[in-house]
Amino acid sequence: MESAATTNHMEIVYERPVTLTDTPMHYCPGCGHGVVHRVLMEVINEMGIQDRTVGVAPVGCSVFAYNYMNVDMQEAAHGRASAVATGIKRVLPEKYVYSYQGDGDLAAIGTGETIHTVNRGENILMIFINNAIYGMTGGQMAPTSILGQVTSTTPYGRKSDLNGFPLKITDLVTQLPGAYYVTRQSVHTAAAVRKLKKAIEASFKYQPLKKGTCFIEVVSNCPSGWKMTPIEANAWMEKNMFPLYPIGDLKVPKQN
Amino acid sequence: MEPTSQRVDSSTQAETRLMKGNEALAEAAIRSGMQAYFGYPITPQSEILEYFTAEAPKHNFVVLQAESELAAINMVYGAGGAGARVMTSSSSPGISLMQEGISYMASAEIPCLVVNVQRGGPGLGTIQPAQGDYFQATKGGGHGDYRLLVLAPASVQEMADFVFDGFRLADKYRTPVLILADGALGQMMEKVVLPPSGSLPFIDKPWATTGKPASRERNILTSLHMEPEKMEEINVKLQDKYRKMQQEVRYEVIGAENPEMVIVAFGLTARICLKAIELAKERGIKVALLRPITLYPFPYDAIARLTSTAYAFLTVEMNAGQMVEDVRLAVNGKRPVYFKGRMGGMIPSPEDVLLEIETIAEKQQTTTV
Ligand SMILES: Cc1ncc(C[n+]2csc(CCOP(=O)(O)OP(=O)(O)O)c2C)c(N)n1
Ligand code: SF4
Ligand SMILES: [Mg+2]
Repeated sequence: MESAATTNHMEIVYERPVTLTDTPMHYCPGCGHGVVHRVLMEVINEMGIQDRTVGVAPVGCSVFAYNYMNVDMQEAAHGRASAVATGIKRVLPEKYVYSYQGDGDLAAIGTGETIHTVNRGENILMIFINNAIYGMTGGQMAPTSILGQVTSTTPYGRKSDLNGFPLKITDLVTQLPGAYYVTRQSVHTAAAVRKLKKAIEASFKYQPLKKGTCFIEVVSNCPSGWKMTPIEANAWMEKNMFPLYPIGDLKVPKQN
Repeated sequence: MEPTSQRVDSSTQAETRLMKGNEALAEAAIRSGMQAYFGYPITPQSEILEYFTAEAPKHNFVVLQAESELAAINMVYGAGGAGARVMTSSSSPGISLMQEGISYMASAEIPCLVVNVQRGGPGLGTIQPAQGDYFQATKGGGHGDYRLLVLAPASVQEMADFVFDGFRLADKYRTPVLILADGALGQMMEKVVLPPSGSLPFIDKPWATTGKPASRERNILTSLHMEPEKMEEINVKLQDKYRKMQQEVRYEVIGAENPEMVIVAFGLTARICLKAIELAKERGIKVALLRPITLYPFPYDAIARLTSTAYAFLTVEMNAGQMVEDVRLAVNGKRPVYFKGRMGGMIPSPEDVLLEIETIAEKQQTTTV
């Protein structure tokens, strides 16, 4: 494994993979985005595919993902990441292509692109950060916000008659024949992070098989948008989001 | 295949064919080495997507029917950003949907070719030919300060030729280029000389996102710059580019040597005006046609020079008067500028134009006696 850290006499227990730039992340304390970035970049480094990987950043809190991810990247318009990824993959079929998108990006403004990208079975990895809110714009309702959830645009709580129901887009894409591997993970514990890493690894291993889309939902948090401390946020997530968005595989390849 | 490497077909020779404008454009694109096309059906240009899907198995290019023009233009963004020679086409309502993506590409400096085979609007409008998208094409179209290099074909031959010019200029300036045609040009059949394949060179695109080797920094294509100082810098750079693009201005002047009247018209309308100019000649009125071939950059200087001989200018368009604003800027009050337009998919006839010419000529006589 390559490493950007310089070796010294002490034993190294933590090092920054070369696939992560030496830039302090702008995410709020306790936010899941940074952890997912790190795990994703670790996998790319460990698999030795940095030189063959192209990422697509969304519009959302992770809009600056390319400041941290040391791979070639394109910044997409809000919701269009999977269309951009499709364009890249179609002309670079031998490269590893992934999109990284929030719930507003992937499940509201970009719903059409999401469904059709997976339905075509584009051979890409879509990473979907579900934090049940619009983090970047200051905590408005997301399509995945739960019923009763107070956000800046549902000050009296999300009501189904007014705002519809939480959109379980991952369940939806699971139904599509183009989906090859669909899983829902989280990053709130060390064990959860390890599982997410395995899922990302599996997805990149599947990509050269050209069997369809790999889709990983990460049920995550947004302490700032939820107006909670990181600890409160993770507790709220486990109590309120996990029952609606249960962690686990939704579709696994038949044999591998 | 790396998109930046040349797409090689079994050598297709130059040949002459009788073709529809849309098909000639598509065939020219294949011969130009186009590597990817993303589009969504809309009349009067669906033949382009159909032609590509039919020809694809014989060649080595990507063709994909997207779920919308929104998706199509963003696929173009991705493929163009990965270094491919890429294009899309649509007609007016679809081009409106693409404006967000085009603005992003102008800012991130991603070269591509966009073809608008215009139909009458606004709204869903009509499928008949129109030129109502001149403002959208030449003044930016989407949000922010940017321009596209805009080519306006007036024949099936130019529908083919401008694909080559379009891809060449897109690469040269790292910018989206627009071909502004109309439904009549797309549907009419004419003889066309098709260039041989492989005649448009490929250039290196070191900025493309093809995977970062250890030997270089990562490539990032973005239009987001939070610091206003940086965003202004990007804008200054774009404006510099647009100034350089002025050297690509193209137009032709046809008709009387020292014209007393000048008609300015582009695309299909220019052809109609040529008929009207012949009719005017029979009546002893010396009229010339100035046909802008590039709508951006616009031939302001060429029009300004003609103010020394012509006593009046007439702009003819298939819209409510859009290019006429640029003609007025060029003439700068030195001569009167008249306008004749038809809208909503109606095409002006040579007789309509002749009537305008005669009315202007009469007015001139009464004011000079
Ligand atoms: C076309 C367009 N509409 C709206 C916005 C404003 N906007 C930026 S990010 C965002 C929501 C992001 O939420 P999400 O995708 O859930 O990402 P998060 O910040 O929560 O990670 C919105 C509405 C935009 N940039 N572009
Ligand atoms: S606003 Fe929310 S999603 Fe954005 S960085 Fe802060 S905690 Fe993370
Ligand atoms: Mg969100």
